[in-house]
Amino acid sequence: MSRFRNALLTLALLAAAGVVAAQSNTFPGIGRAATPSEVAKWDIDVRPDFKGLPAGSGSVAKGQDVWEAKCAHCHGVFGESNEVFSPLIGGTTAEDIKKGRVANLMRSDYPGRTTMMKVPTVSTLWDYINRAMPWTNPKTLSTEEVYAVTAFMLNMANIVPDNYVLSDKNIAEVQARMPNRNGMSTAHAMWPGNELSGVKKPDTANKICMKDCTPEAKVASFLPDFARNAHGNLQEQNRNVGPQRGADTTKPEPKAGMPVAAAAPVAAAKPEINEAKAAIALLNKHSCTACHGVDKKIVGPGFNEIAKKQAGKTDYILSKVKAGGVGVYGQIPMPPQSLPGADAKQIAEWISKGASK
Amino acid sequence: MNADNINSGRVQKAPENFLTPTGIKEVFAEGKKGRRDFIRNAFAAAAAGAAAPMAMAQGNPVPVEGGDPNILNLPEHTVGLGQGVAAEGYGKPSKFEANLQRRQSPGLTQTTQASVSFAPLQSLFGIVTPSGLHFERHHQGWWDIDPSKHRFMINGMVKKNMVFTMDEIMRLPSVSRFAFIECGANTATEWGNVAVPTVQYTHGMISCSEFTGVPLITLLQMAGADLKNGKFVLAEGGDGSSMTRTIPMSLITSGEVIVAYGQNGEMLRPENGYPLRLVVPGVQGVSWVKYLRRVEVGDKPYAAKDEAIHYMDLQPDGTHRQYTNLQEVKSVVTTPSGGQVLLDKGFYNITGLAWSGKGKIKRVDVSTDGGRNWRQARLETPVLSKALSRFNIDWVWDGKPAIIQSRARDDTGHVQPTYQQLRSVRGTRSIYHNNAIQSWLVQENGEVKNVQVS
Repeated sequence: MSRFRNALLTLALLAAAGVVAAQSNTFPGIGRAATPSEVAKWDIDVRPDFKGLPAGSGSVAKGQDVWEAKCAHCHGVFGESNEVFSPLIGGTTAEDIKKGRVANLMRSDYPGRTTMMKVPTVSTLWDYINRAMPWTNPKTLSTEEVYAVTAFMLNMANIVPDNYVLSDKNIAEVQARMPNRNGMSTAHAMWPGNELSGVKKPDTANKICMKDCTPEAKVASFLPDFARNAHGNLQEQNRNVGPQRGADTTKPEPKAGMPVAAAAPVAAAKPEINEAKAAIALLNKHSCTACHGVDKKIVGPGFNEIAKKQAGKTDYILSKVKAGGVGVYGQIPMPPQSLPGADAKQIAEWISKGASK
Repeated sequence: MNADNINSGRVQKAPENFLTPTGIKEVFAEGKKGRRDFIRNAFAAAAAGAAAPMAMAQGNPVPVEGGDPNILNLPEHTVGLGQGVAAEGYGKPSKFEANLQRRQSPGLTQTTQASVSFAPLQSLFGIVTPSGLHFERHHQGWWDIDPSKHRFMINGMVKKNMVFTMDEIMRLPSVSRFAFIECGANTATEWGNVAVPTVQYTHGMISCSEFTGVPLITLLQMAGADLKNGKFVLAEGGDGSSMTRTIPMSLITSGEVIVAYGQNGEMLRPENGYPLRLVVPGVQGVSWVKYLRRVEVGDKPYAAKDEAIHYMDLQPDGTHRQYTNLQEVKSVVTTPSGGQVLLDKGFYNITGLAWSGKGKIKRVDVSTDGGRNWRQARLETPVLSKALSRFNIDWVWDGKPAIIQSRARDDTGHVQPTYQQLRSVRGTRSIYHNNAIQSWLVQENGEVKNVQVS
């Protein structure tokens, strides 16, 4: 009885404090009102009409500094990079800015499509830089830096001049200069509601035909022989029991009617190399693999390349991880890394022993 | 800037821009070079009218000395003691199933954190994808998030901005529904020509699971959402990319969109958004926001990065179709399929998957002569709306070259298009939403190849 009374008392006190005011009637006790600071922290999206855009500004010049420090190592000094991510800048003209249509998109022979060729809305750039960049430290740019980097990208694409200061006051003017602003269409049947064009009829209309539907089929496209093993041995990518086996693509294709090797024996599992496994797990944990592949160059050298050059030099590798470096494998600098010492040592040892998988 | 001196597009990223025009030309050129040999290999014996003897190992050879040693000599597992319960606290597949892995397509991406892995459709049964083999698409790496610290927020055109804990979401009335999830860029490599060898790489960015969660409409009603003027909902992830996508309110008010925590009887796998993801049946995977932290009700679409830079379909006239969310009717034969070898002539069960983002699959037809003649396949139960459906059809292989295709029709009457039909409308640069009929060439030597027919 007294426990019940206490519970009621607690409820009454909570109600007095306004805590239960947020409860819905249908599902009492579930959910609460979000506080203004909670909403402010998470509600960061910016819409094409600039709803959600915080007040502020940033210059092209400032943007260039931020770009070189935080963006260029993945996106290239001029946004041209295709080393890691698709190129951002290029392929647009003064004429495109006038018309709002990127002419190169009409050419089927134009190589690649840059972000600036595609994006119709400047809000999209601001929003994504703000929410997701830099790639390994998203949401660490200040509002001024986001304006500045956006301004620098617009400048590289000749949308704004060198001395431009982008702000919430003038961003709508920039929108009116976006090279592909008139390049979008929603007149299609692939939005599953009536909110946009409302088109319902699909753009293809195949019919059910059962007999003599087409002339005899001719093979028009197939994978060339040189690509036979490009996806690894397909024998090891199919179940070893059932109606089919995978083709052994390490060998040339057998001629028609020639004997095919009997069902492949079950591939022996490779012995687990625990040390390598642990090191690679650490590389993933500390995002080293964002810039270095185990056996290929990405931004920086592959670990196999480092292992070759620095065999046995655990301390040297460790010092480079901690201090960063430039010039040994290329001109893109690696910033100093702040992972725990023990993890760095484990990684350095693994590299010095050959960086095996 | 002058277009001529721009060095762009040398390496193209997934799932956008799989092949550069240069790469496509290269494949075409190599294809042309090898075509004569290829066709000779595939069709030579048939043309000569002399079916070469099938010397492939028999699956079930005639016993020589009194019978099959696998029967006559009792194996260890028949005469010994097996393992005890709970030897594996969370059971694993048989060690003989190690070939079934989700895999990356080599050269597709430079990093593993912004990449895709493909589900091994060639070896799966039924309609459910084992959770550990579910395809992956991450935009900024995956996380294993502590559910006790995960929060879900609703704001925008609502009477009351709200916050929920996982405990609270899981206390609400739940629904469980099967749904397929397909990346909008599934089969993107094949728009211009054949580019990858197996169904894992052509179609493996699709999976189907039973999802459990709370209809989003329930949560929006709790917050007093303006369902009349709020025509769009922004969904936002809690990971580094905090991916955002615009969801049509009509799909939410119909009760279809779920805020899900369960997948195939267990919690979501971390790679699939643990502890909370949006489930948007019929809509491409990018809208099924993982690590879901917030939805916002608004009166206009949001033009998020994956709505205004990627996941737009380039048309021949140079415009992009924007907000192309729906996955249209599609099917594929999973066995026999590219990269497999048939063991012998004789009976085979051709099997495959069909799906439509608009509803149920009504019918699947299968051709073994490259689309000239067709037979209706059996649809296996259950046939569910916006879920994968399994079809089967009997086939006796006579050892001659055959080109296998499947063609699906959904309950809106939409029939899966041929490549010719699709390209005549959308060209070859769309990247997204390739739902064309797939062809597999079974060659005389039993090896199956990915081909496109004219």
